Amino acid sequence: MKSALPLATVVLAILAVWYLAAALMNAPLQRDLFSNAGRTDYSTQDLVGASLNMERPKLPAPHQVAGELYKLIFATSPTSKRSLVYHGLITLEETLIGFIIGSALGIGLAVLIVSMRWLDRSMMPWIVASQTVPIIALAPMIVVILNQFNVTGIAPKAVIAAYLCFFPVTVGMVKGFRSPDPLQLDLMRTYSATRAQTFLKLRAPASAPFFFASMKIGAAAALVGAVVAEVTKSEDGGLGARLLAGSYYGQTVQIWAALFAAAALSAALVGLIGVAGRIAQKRMAFVP
Amino acid sequence: MDVAAAAKLKPDGRATRTADVAIEIGGLFLRFDTADGPVQALSDVSLKVARGEFVSFIGPSGCGKTTLLRAVADLESPTSGTIRVNGLSPDEARARRAYGYVFQAPALYPWRSVARNIALPLEVMGFSRAEREARVAKGLELVNLSGFGAKYPWQLSGGMQQRASIARALSFDPDLLLMDEPFGALDEIVRDMLNQQLLRLWDVTGKTVLFVTHSIPEAVFLSTHIVVMSPRPGRIYDIIECNFPRDRTLDIRETPEFLAIANRVRQGLREGHSYDG
Repeated sequence: MKSALPLATVVLAILAVWYLAAALMNAPLQRDLFSNAGRTDYSTQDLVGASLNMERPKLPAPHQVAGELYKLIFATSPTSKRSLVYHGLITLEETLIGFIIGSALGIGLAVLIVSMRWLDRSMMPWIVASQTVPIIALAPMIVVILNQFNVTGIAPKAVIAAYLCFFPVTVGMVKGFRSPDPLQLDLMRTYSATRAQTFLKLRAPASAPFFFASMKIGAAAALVGAVVAEVTKSEDGGLGARLLAGSYYGQTVQIWAALFAAAALSAALVGLIGVAGRIAQKRMAFVP
Repeated sequence: MDVAAAAKLKPDGRATRTADVAIEIGGLFLRFDTADGPVQALSDVSLKVARGEFVSFIGPSGCGKTTLLRAVADLESPTSGTIRVNGLSPDEARARRAYGYVFQAPALYPWRSVARNIALPLEVMGFSRAEREARVAKGLELVNLSGFGAKYPWQLSGGMQQRASIARALSFDPDLLLMDEPFGALDEIVRDMLNQQLLRLWDVTGKTVLFVTHSIPEAVFLSTHIVVMSPRPGRIYDIIECNFPRDRTLDIRETPEFLAIANRVRQGLREGHSYDG
């Protein structure tokens, strides 16, 4: 309960700034609309009120976005192509598949890098380089190339999600596997433990806190990848496709609604992993 | 140190048979190549330790006492010279489970209960489950931690954690117990108690113990021999024999014999220019 007040204060402040920005950004547009309609007798109050309720504002007001979200989530059939539930599930599926592939790849690479020292130097630059290429430039190429091999539909998007997901997982898990202190490692050496034993009994359990942190970042990155992939290849739907369609037709309210849906999805995934992590670490007795 | 000094370690001056020698170190040099240039950690160290001895290494920081212990345990590689443990190289001795190592920090694995920490080396070495359970129970009893097996390290005091780490080191019955300032981080009262317990443990198990310490009273109280080392480069300055009865108590620290040996250690540390830096 103690955190409720600061939280509410921040939310209220954001809303206030948002309303102010919406009014300031939309007012000139609304003034043009009034003059086109031949209206000149409007008060400032009229102008502000109308600016916050435009059909195609530059920046929609919070209540407009909330209304759109309600309409597209609860008041629309989930099977409808307008429903955000329909599109959200598409994005979620791509994200989850990409996340599973990406984190498996990321953990696998981390295991290799930690087990073989020469791989650290030879592979890490490539892994880093893979992330310096903007995904928005790479995504269409991945779609086209995979299409050559008859890989279509959800798969190329999951691949793009995995592409963004594996990197933070690799970096996090390498750090996790290397987190045991020198004494804990020396101990294994005095037992003449094999590398595999040292890994299973020391490095792997020691990496648990890093594992859950990596999963959180990886899941959020996978969702970004999925949305970018949907923008690239929008005919199959998804929240990214809604973003693209919205910007195509100047439907700013729709864009913002899709944006918030994506953010909520991401927050839910990260939150879920956080809960799983707390339970697991409690069982492992990492935390009292 | 030369052979004459090493000879002091033979009990009663009798010729020591090879079978009774636990550790034999000859002309050991060890240099670390650091970013600031080479550091001579050990210089011409020779030493013989008979089976069942309790040998303390004392000296200021940088005298190489920890490095010497680590070299014996095959955790550091000497630049030149020989180390034989039970007639084997440190590498071979390690493979034969000769070393129970206790570090300055307990280094317990936080995700394992105390019992499972003690079982760790047994798991690594492939003991059966029944054997593991029996040895863990025995180990807990040995260090007075019976009833604490299910606890996790963070639930234990520092002294209890270090006792658990001693039980872990002894669980697989190694020939040698190597202890690197095991009680350095503990307060005086806990340290006194643990010293007495360690002495009893040594008496019961008959292990050969190598014990690194900063504390003169601790070294004199525990040891059969005290190796005084001096820094830059790390070398043996003096080896002092200490023949208190095995069932000694803390009271002996008031006796003139005890104070005389403590004085000789202190003098050795001073003459070794130990505290000039």
